[in-house]
Amino acid sequence: MQRDDTMTKHVRYLLLTTMTLLPGAAMAAAPAAAGPSAEALAFTCAGCHGTDGSSAGPSIPSIAGMDPEVFIDVMRAYQSDQHNSTIMNRIAKGYSDAQIEGMAWFFARQRLHLRPQPHDTALAARGAELHEKHCEKCHENGGRPGDAGTLAGQWMPYLEYTMADFLAGKREWPRKMKRKVDAAIEEEGEQAVPALIHYYGSQQ
Amino acid sequence: MTHIDRRAFIRLAGGAAVLGATLGFPSLALGAPRRVVVVGGGVGGCTAAKYLRKFDPNLAVTLIETHPTYTSCFMSNEVLSGDRTLESLTFDYDGLRRHGVEVVIDHVTAIDPVQKTVRTAGGNQFGYDACVVSPGVGFKWGAIEGYDEEVAETIPHAWYAGPQTRILRRQLEAMPEGGTVIIAAPPNPFKCPPGPYERASQIAMYCKHHKPRAKVIILDPKDAFSKQGLYIEGWTQLYGYGGDNSMIEWVSGAAGGEVESLDPGTRTLQTFVEEFRGDVVNIIPAQKAGAIAFAADLVEGDWCPVDKRTFESTRHKDIYVLGDASSAAKMPKSAYAANSQAKVAAAAIVDRFNGREPGEPTFTNTCYSILGEEFGISVAGVYHLDAANNSIEEIPNSGGVSPANASPELRKREVSYAHSWFRNVINDMME
Repeated sequence: MQRDDTMTKHVRYLLLTTMTLLPGAAMAAAPAAAGPSAEALAFTCAGCHGTDGSSAGPSIPSIAGMDPEVFIDVMRAYQSDQHNSTIMNRIAKGYSDAQIEGMAWFFARQRLHLRPQPHDTALAARGAELHEKHCEKCHENGGRPGDAGTLAGQWMPYLEYTMADFLAGKREWPRKMKRKVDAAIEEEGEQAVPALIHYYGSQQ
Repeated sequence: MTHIDRRAFIRLAGGAAVLGATLGFPSLALGAPRRVVVVGGGVGGCTAAKYLRKFDPNLAVTLIETHPTYTSCFMSNEVLSGDRTLESLTFDYDGLRRHGVEVVIDHVTAIDPVQKTVRTAGGNQFGYDACVVSPGVGFKWGAIEGYDEEVAETIPHAWYAGPQTRILRRQLEAMPEGGTVIIAAPPNPFKCPPGPYERASQIAMYCKHHKPRAKVIILDPKDAFSKQGLYIEGWTQLYGYGGDNSMIEWVSGAAGGEVESLDPGTRTLQTFVEEFRGDVVNIIPAQKAGAIAFAADLVEGDWCPVDKRTFESTRHKDIYVLGDASSAAKMPKSAYAANSQAKVAAAAIVDRFNGREPGEPTFTNTCYSILGEEFGISVAGVYHLDAANNSIEEIPNSGGVSPANASPELRKREVSYAHSWFRNVINDMME
């Protein structure tokens, strides 16, 4: 099972790399349809999410380097009002499935530029241990862009909002995540989530 | 394709990079680089300049702006409440220079669409292959009798952030407890539709802490305004709106809110029905396209008509008019709209330089207003082109304003996102 997941991941990144090298291939992957190009659509996101999806902060998340499947899942959840959203539910409804897919591949190809954030280093160190034990299996490499959403270097207020929504039952837990977060809280108490957030925020 | 693709390609291609670049950019193959002159260093102009260079690094892009630094109007109402300094809204143009844009501090006085030249007050002349004009709004002085540019030095409009914002802030600080602030809102269309009402909120926020018996009266020629339901909800919750001790009062056009004249000496405003005397008066005048749009013959009526596929002027070829000065219905005159339009125009210009038909445009608008320390609201719109009617239409069943009666937590998050929106608009236009 673990092996299969790893294989899938390798295939995905091979595909991503190929697409980066061959712009034509990226175009071919997007369903041919009249209407704005994927790039044109993606450029409209930058006023809030930063140029090419690297947010200048302090709370709107970066979406550069985001896994395309995660991007698509999140946009669909916004479209159906499943997330405790402020504005993205209203925006997501303006795009077709094909357009969302095109934007997903655009952002997957962008390099994430991280900026320093104020954080508590002692708390971050504790968070690093908790991460390694409970979260690393899905959020690999300290939560760097991968197939479980970007955590490393993500803007901390956004992580706080998202975790608060998970814990309040306002956002559906991804598979296994609730069990893992519960285990971290069991181990560390109420400082578990802040420790994790400070750890992610500490990464640059 | 994108910058990243080219970079990755060039990096991997190594020695073949020069060949790759030449093949990638037909404009270079034709000889001298194409020249684009951008008039105006606000959101539209800066975004266009940055994205032109992003789309084609071989373009020679010159941005001409009167002021050596940029001060954003968005978030400047927060200077009035004391939440922000004007310095925190002020940025230099070095970020654009790092993108290879030549930034010239000078004042454009004329554009010749036949010779394709731009002339400046400093006596310089710039030739162009394409010209982007993004001059923002100008004011219709004389619409309110007794209010002109000179009077505005002491009874500020503060509708461009800068010295007048500071003057208005100082007047609020000097106002006696129990004093009256009057905001005269402009008629449609104007820059930043929710702005006058956010301003009233931010002033009330300041007064609530420092002058709790003060009143803020909005005199309005209109009977409705942007995000109205949410403003009423927030004002009711935060400032007792509708009650006997409401800090904010809104006088609609139907209720006689249209201001006819001003007596600057006594700061008295005459409306159709009655007189209002303010301790602090802020008049936001009726608006039209910025002066250069008139000088360059780009207007019909008050605003500049454009082909909404490209934002090229319908009056003069190879001149593209963006942002507040353009007639871009049904997009509002907002920073985000200008940013979105600028990318459409930049892509169209590069497409045409390369002999391609400009692609289908797409537009987005988002705009936040902060009514209190923990009370933020927003409006969003996703737009497409209705080519047959040359209009920009919202995608059905999308966009709109924040929900009514949202939880305090979501209102608080929208304040945080408003500040992040500000950072990222600045990032995307000039960093």
